[in-house]
Amino acid sequence: MPAEFYYGVEVFLNGLMAGVMYSLVALGFVLIFKASGIFNYAQGIMALFAAMTLVGFQEGQIPFAHLINAVFGTEVHHFGWTMPAFFAILFALGVMLLFAFLVEKLILKHLVNQEPIILFMATIGLAYFMEGFGDLMWGSNVKKLDIGIPQGGNFWIEENTAFLGGADFYGFYLDTLDIYATVIAAVLVTSLVLFSQYTKTGRALRAVADDHQAALSVGISLRSIWVIVWGIAGFVALVAGIMWGSKSGVQFSLSLIALKALPVLMLGGFTSIPGAIIGGLIIGVGEKMFEFLIGAPLLGGATENWFAYMLALVFLVFRPQGLFGEKIIERV
Amino acid sequence: MKLKTLIVGAVTALAVASPALADLTFPNLTYRTGPYAVNGIPYADGYADYMTLLNERDGGIGGVNVNYIECETQYNTEKGVECYENTKGEGSLVYQPMSTGITYQLIPKATADGIPILSMGYGRTSAANGKVFSHVFNYPANYWVGASAVINHILDLNNGNIKGKKIALVYHNSAYGKEPIRTLQELEKKHGFKLSLLPVDHPGQEQKSQWLQIRRERPDYVTMWGWGVMNPTAIQEAANIRYPMENFIGVWWSGSEGDVLPAGDAAHGYKSLAMHNTGSDFPIYADLKKHVYDKGLAAGDGSSSGQVLYNRGLYAAMLATEAARLAQKMSGKADISPADMRDAMEAFSIDEGRMAALGLPNFAPSFSVSCENHGGPGLAAIQQWDAKAKKWSMVTDFLETDGEVINALIAEDSSAYAAENKITDRCG
Repeated sequence: MPAEFYYGVEVFLNGLMAGVMYSLVALGFVLIFKASGIFNYAQGIMALFAAMTLVGFQEGQIPFAHLINAVFGTEVHHFGWTMPAFFAILFALGVMLLFAFLVEKLILKHLVNQEPIILFMATIGLAYFMEGFGDLMWGSNVKKLDIGIPQGGNFWIEENTAFLGGADFYGFYLDTLDIYATVIAAVLVTSLVLFSQYTKTGRALRAVADDHQAALSVGISLRSIWVIVWGIAGFVALVAGIMWGSKSGVQFSLSLIALKALPVLMLGGFTSIPGAIIGGLIIGVGEKMFEFLIGAPLLGGATENWFAYMLALVFLVFRPQGLFGEKIIERV
Repeated sequence: MKLKTLIVGAVTALAVASPALADLTFPNLTYRTGPYAVNGIPYADGYADYMTLLNERDGGIGGVNVNYIECETQYNTEKGVECYENTKGEGSLVYQPMSTGITYQLIPKATADGIPILSMGYGRTSAANGKVFSHVFNYPANYWVGASAVINHILDLNNGNIKGKKIALVYHNSAYGKEPIRTLQELEKKHGFKLSLLPVDHPGQEQKSQWLQIRRERPDYVTMWGWGVMNPTAIQEAANIRYPMENFIGVWWSGSEGDVLPAGDAAHGYKSLAMHNTGSDFPIYADLKKHVYDKGLAAGDGSSSGQVLYNRGLYAAMLATEAARLAQKMSGKADISPADMRDAMEAFSIDEGRMAALGLPNFAPSFSVSCENHGGPGLAAIQQWDAKAKKWSMVTDFLETDGEVINALIAEDSSAYAAENKITDRCG
């Protein structure tokens, strides 16, 4: 086989890895949409905020330091300690759970029975609030996120596959961080599916997803379920924030990863956890292979962004509810 | 948004709303929010702090207070044009849009309104031809100077022979990122290297395909025209594929602390162009501390002080205000107009003695502007990142670039613009 064939395989494998990264973001959207019918515009900002909080704890940064200094004329920035990654993740998770509680208490509680578009608008407001709040709390400078996950091409894979394609083939390149992300995503999805299928809370969650009114009638607390769902979405946002933040630092652009989740959701469906994974893989492989085979050699490159949406649109034409989404029939 | 910035903004708004004062108004189109804020904040802080320094230390320029206005663009062209329209009525003396896209949009508008633009190291490169672009200045350097400086550096590293070498350009897929392509293509013909083009879409967080291509094609050198998150992502991806960092050279907009710090030690050895010196070892910092920082008047939280883009903000403000000082001298009046400012920018010159007097010795090259040449000296240096010391160091002096190629391209592009807009040679 010529080297070009193996490079095609390499692109395919990297597409799968990229797809996993997209799926991590899409999962947060799916969880909230499934349980409450809300398209959470703030999911990308939640990933950014979670990552900023994690780095803040790790580095012993004083929250709102700039505000404190401006008001009291002090010069404080850090507590003077650093926190091990494990504990920083736990504290960041705690903040995201607190965030979920506050979102329910301060926003969702007051919007029960409102139209989905009202709830969507509320999440837009929430996103802009969190954008400013996060900056105020942790500062807007770019931050390095390092929780000990190695990065860079995996030596072992490269060396042991280099023989395949002759002198022009340098072995398969797979980023170690992406391999970790794949394992973490697999564990995450399995846990979520098991939680949803085999726990009492999981069943309650599915009941709420199926029919709010019916769930309420059998004594399921809608408000508790919303706190749990937003809490889980906060946890997923933290995982996505860690993975994406490790790649390019923690800064505002991290919130734009939500843009990569939209075609995944269109393709996989807004209500299916496996759909988010499969959709992510199809988008990841599709855009990378298109760029490799057609985009770069024939169209001048930079085709990935629009191709992902085009692919999702093609799927929409044939399956408007997405590959795994539920077909909702509303009778007049 | 920082509270202090909010307070400064509110006070500025009140000042603007007050009855007309004889102030010298300098608007600054900033981006303190959005995906490019990481780069926009240190620049804006440096610019604002220099203006505050002039007011606090010198009582303004020539005895006239500086009225500094910020307008948030988020690096968005439409918002930039809105900012221009909203602030031009304030007596704005000069616009520094800090965005190539915004600059392109403002060139005809500002020219019609008689307000000069200083697009320092960005914008439309052929605006260096003052015979065509009466109100646009892009001194001290432009993108084509940058492209030539990269190739000259590679020539230096290869004893002047790069025939057959492979050079890749990784660029932001926007008006900004595309600017150096034409020059690199001309230089490709001249020197016989092979150029490959790798566009990266906004915002640039996903570059796997581009770096897999680089890994396959193994270019001898990679140069980058990036901005925002594209820069640290590219540097991390280069490290991931174990691309030799010393062969990776960014433009001056891809060479700040925020670009290299996220990659940690892996960024060691990365190079970028420089249009001014680096660090905080300049006397002006003592004045800033005394008159701005210690009085609690700094625009930011102080974390960006001494960084590359903070210094660029200082430099941009210094060039604008020195032109205003010259305009006062040329017009014989303290309260100058945009027309006076334009005339002064065209007659502007700055030397080492003046920069030393301003607290910036050995900071940037001396140069002068003329009716024909709005682009400055065409010099650029190379700086390199030391990840252990976490600092940039200049590794070359400010070196000459290929004027023969650049000037021909400037003449060609500006002639086309002149023909399209029926502009005649104004320098006679």
